[in-house]
Amino acid sequence: MKYVDEYRDPELAKGVAARIAAEVDSGSSYRFMEFCGGHTHAISRYGVEDMLPKNVAMIHGPGCPVCVLPVGRIDDAIRLASDPRVTLCTYADLMRVPASRGASLLKARAAGADIRMVYSTLDALRIAEAEPAREVVFLAIGFETTTPPTALAIKQAKAKALRNFSVFCNHVLTPIAMRAILAGEEDEATPLDGLVGPAHVSTVIGARPYEFVANEYGKPVVISGFEPLDVMQSILMLVRQINEGRCAVENQYVRAVTRDGNARAQREMDEVFELQESFEWRGLGMVPHSALRLVEAFAEFDAEKRFGIHTVAAADNPACECGAILRGAKKPTDCRLFGSLCTPETPMGSCMVSSEGSCAAHYAYGRFRDRSRARMERAAS
Amino acid sequence: MCLAIPAQVMELLGDGMARIDMGGVSKAISVALVDDVAVGDFVVVHVGYALSRIDADEAERTLALLREAAAMETPS
Repeated sequence: MKYVDEYRDPELAKGVAARIAAEVDSGSSYRFMEFCGGHTHAISRYGVEDMLPKNVAMIHGPGCPVCVLPVGRIDDAIRLASDPRVTLCTYADLMRVPASRGASLLKARAAGADIRMVYSTLDALRIAEAEPAREVVFLAIGFETTTPPTALAIKQAKAKALRNFSVFCNHVLTPIAMRAILAGEEDEATPLDGLVGPAHVSTVIGARPYEFVANEYGKPVVISGFEPLDVMQSILMLVRQINEGRCAVENQYVRAVTRDGNARAQREMDEVFELQESFEWRGLGMVPHSALRLVEAFAEFDAEKRFGIHTVAAADNPACECGAILRGAKKPTDCRLFGSLCTPETPMGSCMVSSEGSCAAHYAYGRFRDRSRARMERAAS
Repeated sequence: MCLAIPAQVMELLGDGMARIDMGGVSKAISVALVDDVAVGDFVVVHVGYALSRIDADEAERTLALLREAAAMETPS
């Protein structure tokens, strides 16, 4: 595929890896957080970590909307879907997320709830139009990448006077989450040296919203594409910033991201959504002004108002380390459930559900590397 | 979740919609969020919506920088 294959050239990757190795200062260590789950997945899948020098560590961040959605909101969605009038439309990633008492949307559907996986908000609108007797609720989750499509669907529903369509809104904001991570790590013994910034979120919001990371926290950010060569080039750019004592927001994904982003998409979001006072994130707790809700002008399409949803906070599985893993404080292998009770087939925590979750990525790709590395070390000793 | 895929616009369908080709898969998506989309353009597609246009010159420049980084043997 054009704009994909050329950024996966293994020979070029070897060259860039050699470049990174040549430029790192062997006396210092570099800790970079890739905020976005898409990067986590790419780094695991293509073995990017194996191509990096020993003193460059990648920390996996919380940029996976499925992973950060708290249990209480999944419980709400299951309750909503259990209403016989309701057809719940959802992106497929959410189907297997564990809720309270071992429930999930998948199990609720097996028990008879009308839950349908959709590719796009347009599909949910079509269902609402085709089945006027059903209350069609779209379970909206995601960062700023996914938010404009939800905004457009709500506006279309209003234009078409679709009275049987509503949205259960769980849209969250990237820069705020980044701030929460940076604020929380001030007491960490080994702070981050730089951030790999999300790219598809940035097609919408632009590069500008990350400037506080450089200005207030003194850490470099490089907004990176999702192919392995993109990620490696971004790591090289971060290494160079640190070596040169610079700290700026740089854009590696110039082919699709600008400083100001997509003004039209931002206008759509601003017209339909406003900030919530506070929203619970798995792993980060309650974060002020970190999520969106529908403005008063579109309140008739707000499923929370229509169905009187009052979220009850629910505890995660106490043995599950998803929270600490999402903050970058622990690795998947630090969790005693990892790979034994908790696998992609039987996920106990959300990080094992989405292919972008740290645990799922490590389970699918990383554990084999761990084993072969251990074998090599044994052979060498 | 925020995975988006580069796709080529094959046909404008009107009403803010277009038919695109994603590595051989043909799909109707919304282009309502990107101004002045034309047939032949490459766009980044996420959950059925084009989010931005791909700049061919910038894409080539990125590859040139990668080739340059890979070809350098010792730090200058």
